[in-house]
Amino acid sequence: MKIIVNVSLKEGVLDPEGQAIKSSLNNLGFEHCSDVRTGKQIILNLDQNCETEVLKQAKKMCEVLLVNTVIENYEINILKD
Amino acid sequence: MRSGVVIFPGSNCDRDMIVAIRKITGKTPIKIWYKEYDIPNLDLIVIPGGFTFGDYLRCGALAARSPVITSIKNHISRGGTVLGVCNGFQILIEAKILPGSLIRNKKLLFTCRETTLEVQSCIENPFLSGLKIGECLKIPVAHNEGNYFAPEDLLKQLKEEGRIALKYIKQNVNEKNYNPNGSTEDIAGILSKNGKVLGMMPHPERAINCLHGGTDGLKFLTNCVEQIIG
Repeated sequence: MKIIVNVSLKEGVLDPEGQAIKSSLNNLGFEHCSDVRTGKQIILNLDQNCETEVLKQAKKMCEVLLVNTVIENYEINILKD
Repeated sequence: MRSGVVIFPGSNCDRDMIVAIRKITGKTPIKIWYKEYDIPNLDLIVIPGGFTFGDYLRCGALAARSPVITSIKNHISRGGTVLGVCNGFQILIEAKILPGSLIRNKKLLFTCRETTLEVQSCIENPFLSGLKIGECLKIPVAHNEGNYFAPEDLLKQLKEEGRIALKYIKQNVNEKNYNPNGSTEDIAGILSKNGKVLGMMPHPERAINCLHGGTDGLKFLTNCVEQIIG
C-alpha cells in the first residue's frame, strides 16, 4: 500500500525558503500572493493490506523519524490507485 | 583525561577536534564509530561537525537514530559530559538530548565566518565555569541550519533554568550582521538540564592556532578540559 506523508512547518516557525519564493512570485507580477509556506512529501510503500495497520505504522514512522514535531506538522494519506 | 570523538558517515571535523584535544591533553581521543553500542567510560564525548548522512531528511536526523546514540544517552545518564559542535549540536537536538530545533539560516545562506560569542550567566557546567560571565570569544561558524528556534514556553524555561550558554554579540553598536543565522535571542549554544551537555554552532576546534586567525577556541576547549579533570 502506498502512503503519502505531507510534512509542513508549523505556524509561527520562520520559513525563509517560503519567503524567498513569495518575494520572487511578487516580483513576477503575482502581487496577490501574500504568503508562501514550503514543506515536503514523503512517499512510503508498505507491504501490508490492512488500512488501520498501515496508518498506525506510518504514524509511528512520523513520530520516530520522519517529522520533527517541534517545528513540523504532518498529514498521512493512503494513495488509492 | 579520557575522551572520545564520535564519527558518523559524513562527519568532517572529527580530525580537527582530535588534533585540538590532543594539543591540550597530550592524549589522543579514541574514535567512536557510529555503529558502536559499547563505549568505554570516558570523561568527555565530542560529537563533531560535518554533514552526517548527507544532511538527508533533516540535519542530524539520521545520525540521531544510530546505535551510538544509545551509548551516548547511557553516558549522559551516568552524569557524563558531552560537547556537540555544529552538526553535533544538530544531532543532539534530533536525538532529543537538547530541546528546540535548528532551522535554515534566516538569509538562506551557508555562513562561514568568524563570530563573537558572549559567555552567559548560566547553571554550573564544565564548559564555561572557568570563564568570566560576559567574556567574549571569537570563534568561527560554518553552517546552513544553525538558526536556533524554540517555542516561547521552551525559551522561557531555558532562561529560567540558566541553560542559554553562549550568544552571538555585537562588537560595536553599529554591527548589524553579528548573528550569522537569525537565531532566537542570538542563541549560539545551550546546555542540558544538568549542565553536562553543551550544543553549540560555532567551531572551537577551528580557532586553536594563530594561523587560524585566533586561538579563542583553544582557550574554550582548554577551559573545558581543566574543568572536567578538576
